[in-house]
Amino acid sequence: MALERPGSVYKQPAKLRWGELDDDDGEGLEFLLPPRQVIGPDANGIKKVIEYKFNEDGNKVKVTTTTRVRKLAKARFSKRAMERRGWAKFGDAVHEDVGARLTMVSTEEILLERPRAPGSKGEEKTTGDPLQLGKGAVLMVCRTCGKKGDHWTSRCPYKDLAPSPDSLMDKPPGSDQVVQSGSIKGAYVPPSMRAGAERPAGSDMRRRNEENSVRVTNLSEDTREPDLLELFRTFGPVSRVYVAIDQKTGVSRGFGFVNFVNKDDAERAIIKLNGYGYDNLILRAEWATPRTN
Amino acid sequence: MRPILMKGHERPLTFLKYNKDGDLLFSCAKDHTPTVWFADNGERLGTYRGHNGAVWCCDISRDSSRLITGSADQSAMLWDVKSGKQLFTFNFDSPARSVDFSVGEKMAVITTDPFMGLTSAIHIKDIAANPADQVAESKLVIKGPQGRINRAVWGPLNKTIISAGEDAVVRIWDAETGQLLLENDKEVGHKKPITSLAKSTDGSHFLTGSLDKSAKLWDIRSLTLIKTYVTERPVNAVAMSPLLNHVVLGGGQDASAVTTTDHRAGKFEAKFYDKILQEEIGGVKGHFGPINALAFNPDGRSFSSGGEDGYVRLHHFDPDYFKIPSI
Repeated sequence: MALERPGSVYKQPAKLRWGELDDDDGEGLEFLLPPRQVIGPDANGIKKVIEYKFNEDGNKVKVTTTTRVRKLAKARFSKRAMERRGWAKFGDAVHEDVGARLTMVSTEEILLERPRAPGSKGEEKTTGDPLQLGKGAVLMVCRTCGKKGDHWTSRCPYKDLAPSPDSLMDKPPGSDQVVQSGSIKGAYVPPSMRAGAERPAGSDMRRRNEENSVRVTNLSEDTREPDLLELFRTFGPVSRVYVAIDQKTGVSRGFGFVNFVNKDDAERAIIKLNGYGYDNLILRAEWATPRTN
Repeated sequence: MRPILMKGHERPLTFLKYNKDGDLLFSCAKDHTPTVWFADNGERLGTYRGHNGAVWCCDISRDSSRLITGSADQSAMLWDVKSGKQLFTFNFDSPARSVDFSVGEKMAVITTDPFMGLTSAIHIKDIAANPADQVAESKLVIKGPQGRINRAVWGPLNKTIISAGEDAVVRIWDAETGQLLLENDKEVGHKKPITSLAKSTDGSHFLTGSLDKSAKLWDIRSLTLIKTYVTERPVNAVAMSPLLNHVVLGGGQDASAVTTTDHRAGKFEAKFYDKILQEEIGGVKGHFGPINALAFNPDGRSFSSGGEDGYVRLHHFDPDYFKIPSI
């Protein structure tokens, strides 16, 4: 500090106590040195800085640094533009109130919103699932567990575990058509009575959609089903993802459902994702309760 | 980026234009006073008082000394940029819609709307170097197209005039004789009125925006269609980056329908497209109404948009913008 103010440098030694100096091991002796000198910059832009310091052996060393200073041209504006800067205001701008605040910097940070977020390319994130093989054909999508490029729906390792999202998927095509035609007529056939219903009833009392189903609320409007799948598949195979979309506006209504193949996974997902911050919103994840009606 | 908001106009913006050096930004609105701003910090430099109707369009001479404006008060005016003084007034019998200086500023093209039984017309005026010698007579008047001509600009070497308007056809006229030289191919052309037209910096091609929710890039000499950019909303304004291969489209739903829906559903965004790949790069939100005007700074590092909401938003790009990969 003292080096900056040459005037004070020479006054200080009078107050100096040598005993105190020894404590800092010579480091504080710098104010004993001649002040820093700056010469120039001259017409050629040469600037000389002379500094003094102690070297390791405690000897005084003079350091002269010669630098060349170049004035950077104002690249941004042409001469005429600089002249225009100085123009007097005219018209309504002459009597502008200070409080008018015609020009304001937005308080909001506006970004160039990319249609694809730069970070979310494809499915490269590993879900930690051993079944995930390399990157295969993207067209191959399993409808049971939602995996892409790994296996077809019929070969899904979770086929037996999964309450198939489409109730007719595993059944022979013949029975399929029977039910279809039945439903067209409009007569209701309970699932247990339908042709091809081989499951024992009882366990199937609840609607299939609500099995291991997690309700996610407080989703942001931009969240789509793939985003939700991306978020939830880390916990285990997912059989169905649904985001409620307003039919009129096409905007998400802010909630959705995720069905897990395994109940444990669903439970873990609820524990982890309830209160999780996603897209600036705090998610709520809970068991989906069957509707009363 | 944090845009600079300029609230100098009390009515919807209609047109924005930078001067050649990119340090001044001129804005026209449906209020009667075109305004000039410093393009770096958005400070208002002055206003041009004198029009008595909505101002639809303006153009600035290359040396930034003259301004020409076209207004719904059935006149086009020449102004001294520095002092805001009126130099000359061209009077018409119908609203002036579009103005454009020729290269060299020896001529100007002014279009007038169909009004009270008159058809739309393209007027070519001689512009005198000294405003005292200025004459009001048109050098040439071109009539023909049905409906309003929303924009007319000079072609290469001031030999042609390119016009586009409500009949959705882009036409090239001979600037000497007034003959129709070319009309765009109906098959590939716009299907609805063309609202805006912007030339590239080198003048080799131009971009038109239309209410048919698309913008098209045309060759300025042969009038062949080069590219089409498809969007979700009617396009009111277009601009081309002088620096990168980007085009910007502005628009949004019709102003009359704005109050019926959520502002997010209106899509009042300036949409960036890759000029070559025709793919969307991104959108810049912010306006509360449709975007009526867009302009790129000639250095390509900032752009401004003017909306139905009366605001001009001046955006200086973040460094990230220049890293967007392109071919």
